[in-house]
Amino acid sequence: MAAHLKKRVYEEFSKVVQIPHEETPAKKLRLSKPSKSAALHIDLCKATNSTDALQYLLQFARKPVEAESVEGVVRILLEHYYKETDNSVRLKIASLLGLLSKTQGFSPDCIVDDAINTLSNEKSHQVLAQLLDTLLVIGTQLPESPALRLRLVEVAYKHLSDTYFGVRNKCLQLLGCLGMVDAPVGKENEGPGTSLGGLRDVQSIISDYFGDQDPRVRTAALKAMVGKPCNPPCTACRLLTDDYEQVRSAAVQMVWVLSQLYPESIVPIPSSNEEIRLVDDAFGKISHMVSDGSWMVRVQAAKTLGSMLQVSPHFLEQTLDKKLMSDLRRKRTAHERAKELFASGEFSSGRKWADDAPKEKLDTNTVNLIASGACGAFVHGLEDEMFEVRIAAVEALCHLARSSPSFAEKCLDFLVDMFNDEIEEVRLQSIHVLREISTHITLREDQLDTVLAVLEDSSRDIREALHELLCYTNVSTKECIQLALLELLKNLNKYPTDRNSVWKCLKFLGSRHPTLVLPLVPELLSTHPYFDTPEPDMDDPAYIAVLVLVFNAAKSCPTMPALFSDHTFRHYAYLRDSLSHLVPPLRLPGRKQVYGLDSVDSGPGSGSVESAQLFLQQSLNRVSTIQNLEASGAQDLLDLTIRDLQRLGELQTELAGAADFCATYLRCQLLLMKALQEKLWNMAVPLCLKQNVTATAAAQQILEETYKLEFLYSGLESRQVATIHHVRLQAKALQLVLTARTRQGLDLLIGSCERFLQDVESFQRLFLTELPHLQDSFVDKLLELMPRLSSCKPVELVKILQTTLRQSGLLQLRLPEQIHRATATIIEPTGESDNPLRFTSGLVVALDIDATLEHVQDPQNTVKVQVLYPDGQSHVIHPKPGDFRKPGPHRHRLITQVYLSHTAWTEPSQIEVRLLLAYSSSSTSLTSPSKLGWSESLESLPAAEAAVEGTIPFSKAVKVFIMPKPARR
Amino acid sequence: MPEIKVTPLGAGQDVGRSCILVSIGGKNIMLDCGMHMGYNDDRRFPDFSYITQNGRLTDFLDCVIISHFHLDHCGALPYMSEMVGYDGPIYMTHPTKAICPILLEDFRKITVDKKGETNFFTSQMIKDCMKKVIPLNLHQTVQVDDELEIKAYYAGHVLGAAMVHIKVGSESVVYTGDYNMTPDRHLGAAWIDKCRPDILISESTYATTIRDSKRCRERDFLKKVHESIERGGKVLIPVFALGRAQELCILLETFWERMNLKAPIYFSTGLTEKANHYYKLFITWTNQKIRKTFVQRNMFEFKHIKAFDRSYADNPGPMVVFATPGMLHAGQSLQIFKKWAGNEKNMVIMPGYCVQGTIGHKILNGQRKLEMEGRATLDVKLQVEYMSFSAHADAKGIMQLIRMAEPRNMLLVHGEAVKMEFLKGKIEQEFSIDCYMPANGETTTVTTNPSVPVDISLNLLKREMALGGPLPDPKKPRTMHGTLIMKENSLKLVSSEQALKELGLNEHQLRFTCHVQLQDPHSDADTLHRIYTHLKSVLKGYTIQHLPDGTVIVESIVIKVSSSTEDSNTKVLLLSWSYQTLIYNGLLPGG
Repeated sequence: MAAHLKKRVYEEFSKVVQIPHEETPAKKLRLSKPSKSAALHIDLCKATNSTDALQYLLQFARKPVEAESVEGVVRILLEHYYKETDNSVRLKIASLLGLLSKTQGFSPDCIVDDAINTLSNEKSHQVLAQLLDTLLVIGTQLPESPALRLRLVEVAYKHLSDTYFGVRNKCLQLLGCLGMVDAPVGKENEGPGTSLGGLRDVQSIISDYFGDQDPRVRTAALKAMVGKPCNPPCTACRLLTDDYEQVRSAAVQMVWVLSQLYPESIVPIPSSNEEIRLVDDAFGKISHMVSDGSWMVRVQAAKTLGSMLQVSPHFLEQTLDKKLMSDLRRKRTAHERAKELFASGEFSSGRKWADDAPKEKLDTNTVNLIASGACGAFVHGLEDEMFEVRIAAVEALCHLARSSPSFAEKCLDFLVDMFNDEIEEVRLQSIHVLREISTHITLREDQLDTVLAVLEDSSRDIREALHELLCYTNVSTKECIQLALLELLKNLNKYPTDRNSVWKCLKFLGSRHPTLVLPLVPELLSTHPYFDTPEPDMDDPAYIAVLVLVFNAAKSCPTMPALFSDHTFRHYAYLRDSLSHLVPPLRLPGRKQVYGLDSVDSGPGSGSVESAQLFLQQSLNRVSTIQNLEASGAQDLLDLTIRDLQRLGELQTELAGAADFCATYLRCQLLLMKALQEKLWNMAVPLCLKQNVTATAAAQQILEETYKLEFLYSGLESRQVATIHHVRLQAKALQLVLTARTRQGLDLLIGSCERFLQDVESFQRLFLTELPHLQDSFVDKLLELMPRLSSCKPVELVKILQTTLRQSGLLQLRLPEQIHRATATIIEPTGESDNPLRFTSGLVVALDIDATLEHVQDPQNTVKVQVLYPDGQSHVIHPKPGDFRKPGPHRHRLITQVYLSHTAWTEPSQIEVRLLLAYSSSSTSLTSPSKLGWSESLESLPAAEAAVEGTIPFSKAVKVFIMPKPARR
Repeated sequence: MPEIKVTPLGAGQDVGRSCILVSIGGKNIMLDCGMHMGYNDDRRFPDFSYITQNGRLTDFLDCVIISHFHLDHCGALPYMSEMVGYDGPIYMTHPTKAICPILLEDFRKITVDKKGETNFFTSQMIKDCMKKVIPLNLHQTVQVDDELEIKAYYAGHVLGAAMVHIKVGSESVVYTGDYNMTPDRHLGAAWIDKCRPDILISESTYATTIRDSKRCRERDFLKKVHESIERGGKVLIPVFALGRAQELCILLETFWERMNLKAPIYFSTGLTEKANHYYKLFITWTNQKIRKTFVQRNMFEFKHIKAFDRSYADNPGPMVVFATPGMLHAGQSLQIFKKWAGNEKNMVIMPGYCVQGTIGHKILNGQRKLEMEGRATLDVKLQVEYMSFSAHADAKGIMQLIRMAEPRNMLLVHGEAVKMEFLKGKIEQEFSIDCYMPANGETTTVTTNPSVPVDISLNLLKREMALGGPLPDPKKPRTMHGTLIMKENSLKLVSSEQALKELGLNEHQLRFTCHVQLQDPHSDADTLHRIYTHLKSVLKGYTIQHLPDGTVIVESIVIKVSSSTEDSNTKVLLLSWSYQTLIYNGLLPGG
């Protein structure tokens, strides 16, 4: 629809341009195709029996039909429909009618009458159902016509009493989609269906079918009711205990919809005088469904619970409550016991025989076994047999806990228990969930202990998820920190590959709890008040881990460095340099000068970002003045600014994306400027071959850079994209001018001219809304001259382009809010190994690749691995979608294997592995001419715009030593 | 009124020797045939003489159904079938059939070989008995005879445990055996569809208990084991051979796998190994996780758990050993316990209940000095832990099952009377259905209200449909006209015409007439006309016709006028109408 609208807007716009220049009629190309309807007619006439006809129809259905010929086709189909005796053919025709009514640009109101007519003569129930479906399609296509709606609703009434369930289903669907809430319908009381009552509203008609004998119809009735407010909510509740799971499932949905529509209305509790809010009542009812007999319903109920955020906290907390008893005595849950144990200050106790001995005696009357209400819903859900239900319950917990801190506190124990689930997916999910709600909670020591136990899990995903969780966790005591550090070191010892992840985890742990780390420092660094202790090994990952923790804590705890011993300062300097992303800059007393660079640059954290931002803006503003400068001065200024921006990007990671983006953009401008300033423009053509080469290279480079600009950065707005495209257009113009000067072939020139004009047109089409911002630019001028351009000769065109190019100035770049450069870091292979990977030539060897990707959208489709062999061969490998994991927002992790193979070498040699970002200009959100609907074929599109595909290397290449040996005979 | 009678021979207000007799629709069924662990005399088996004083049981019982392989549910089976004498069919699920004889043989060995009892069933008898067994599949409806059908549902509890749905005609009974509503590491949860039986016979072992989440217990257990192993200690877990042992094995095995632990786990050999073989085989009876992953790796093919040898107990370094029996009263577990008790690094974990008098019970109660045979004392220095892993439904689980099955009556067995009382009250209060809890030998009778199916002629049904009105609603009764014919044990509902034809009878019409005299001076025709116009003005909305032959017809009532013979001013009105019942007045054609 959007594409369709866009096209219409464009057409109108182009008319506006054309009117003042009447003398030059626009070249309009209309491709006409042989009429589909005629062909279909011939085919259908040829068909001798129903099977043939069906075959033809099936074939026909595979091909798209243009909007203008739809009506003809529909007429032909209807004609055949009336003649046809075979049910299956009629069914197919009916379904085709529905399909055709969906065609864009075709208004189906002209076939409504026919469809309704056919309905009244139809005997077959199946065909009837299909026809009603067609009407439903038509009805949804024409949402603005109340008269049509009314008619369709009446039709639906008439057929509601059909004996076939499918017809009733479709009628209910129609009523559900099109019936308005307060439309007085059914004025003619003729059909038996309407004799139920003349002026009844849609709801009550639909709710009559809640008691239908067919479960499918009951389901359809419930689904039709969803999305309509319903006055008696109890009718749906009755169906919660239906015998059929699909009905129950629909009823759950219905109850949920009601609770969302009228959360605050008050409903009475049956068999008592109390009243509660509707949303609470619904919550209780759906909670009950968590122990349903069918696991599908259980999954749905659990999921639904997660979205009922308005529920009162009292009810919410009941979902985690399961009153324990043993022999009618109240028992405390293990969770409660653990908490008490913790509160009493006892560190740990062996379990005693009667530790869980029941306490007080319960009054038999107060024990509620089947609790009415939400009692224990999540306790059941988390213990469910099917892991699907458990996952749904965990997710629901997450949603509810995020909106209610007190609930988050309560569900913590349960989530921690889920870490021990038998299915890894569930464990992983619960770790993720805990991370998401961790802002609300502080882990107690015993809880942390349970959490940390999972660190020994052999699954890498689990461990990394847990590290991620620990990054966000708040703990309460210094013992917790010690415990966490101990377990992490154990983990590091057991799984050395987790190094980076563990370090990062400790970094956050340290910076979050500086005051808790402070008392631990002497112990951690094993310093002694009187004796010098031996200097630890700097290459020990465990020691580095400890240092990372301490340094990060020291950042916001100025008293801490006083506790450091001499070698600690030395190690700090080393680590600050080698692991700068883990070790923050510290203000070390008296050492400022020695380790100048880092500590000087780093002012107080947030202020520096602002000042950097200011600096960035100022540089951009300065650049905008270059129009007024001399050519050489302008170039110098650009050079300078680019250098500044690059340095800024290196220093301020928050602004790296923006700075890089600007620098690249300015480089494009600089290249363009240089190319245009060449003296060649004044020379005769044959003399300037050499200069031409540099200019051509410049144009090519600008093109490449623009693709980088467009696809490597996320967070671009359409304004920036327009700017990028504008630069690209300039580069293309430059290319065109250059071709015109070097090559004499006129045909070639005409071709490229046309392509260029198409480019301009598509630019105009795509960035219609941005055009006002491009005042005075290259494209603006070009569009003014457009009518002339499209009619003039190539040579003239080139001349115009040349002057326009030289006259047009620099387009001011406006900085978007958030802009990030897609980056990739290959963690493994490290490229440090001197041992070549040996394998027999002709066979394959698998190379493990582990990389993190930042700010890559849709990595499953865009990220590829390139392997470059020393002989120049290069392979591009698509990783499987399952190899990508998403550990955090804007972050992906690629863990995959690539297969290498080569013929035998005499010496081991290095291959290069790097990651590529694939792009295709047709796949961007803005430039999507191919999404114009099925009536629009690709032929009418400009060929140049259709597919520009390529790849951008976006990671550093890693060298791997390999050695294919000759096979032994 | 038809009745269903239920008589527990064992397990009535008691735990052990489950044996319940059910008479339903003229069929007699025995549910379970167990032995009592607590007795060593005749009381250990159900009193089969209750069923028949003399004569074979085969004549009185239509079938025997065994729910699972625990001895308190199948222990008396060979005794009943071979020694008392029963040749009819015995039904049990495939895993039960496989594992049951192993346990029976073990039971026989202990009783005969160890305790030296005579007059007990022999190995051959067990074999003969098992030959009479017909295996059941889950959700498979088995026709025992023409009228009696049974269907098995998954019950959790132990491998192969089943609930059975017994149906005769429209009457039905569900017997749960032992079941578990929360899944564990190797089995799923019990499930039943909404079969709405007349009686649900449920176990009620934990009638007054609501249990904590299983996960806490599991986590605790694993943590304890893990810590002890890390300290370099040895862990002894005394277990009974089947059921919980497998669950704990799976638990430890997956934990070892996950945590990449290297310490060995041993399982003392014996019948367990044989049983484990069957666990590997009956994958469909296990839980979701095992079923889904067995193609890659069968979870019962333990990678870390190895067979135990006596000499391993003295090996240095940490290890975990599962050993039988579970209460530390004899056998291998006791031997190992004696060896390890002196070291405080070691640990013993009791996963189940211990009977008073056993060493297990003593150490759980904190006794630190044990007197062994021959005056020797044993210092208990190792840590003693208790973890309860049990696989019965708790009170909430029982209620959940009732909600799933929606029975009309409830009957509790396999539990203590006091606890049942509580649950009974709760059930009656929550579901408002009757709940019974008969003692052994006490018969509970439930009258049922069976529906009698009647064939209806299609023509009649179609005619009724054509009359319109709302579509048939299964939840609302609807009246219709027809004639019920009872012929040769079958009932048929047909239209009256057809009934007449079939029975060869003529149709008789019943007409009611009455005379009304009134004074009117006009002529007959005029009077009639006056009546016609009057009626027309009074009875609006009715069809009133004045026929040329001198009659007025109001709907189906005929009015004629004739002068009285004595007085011409006295007119006699003849009113005549036929017998009819009006249900949908105005909707019936012509009337």
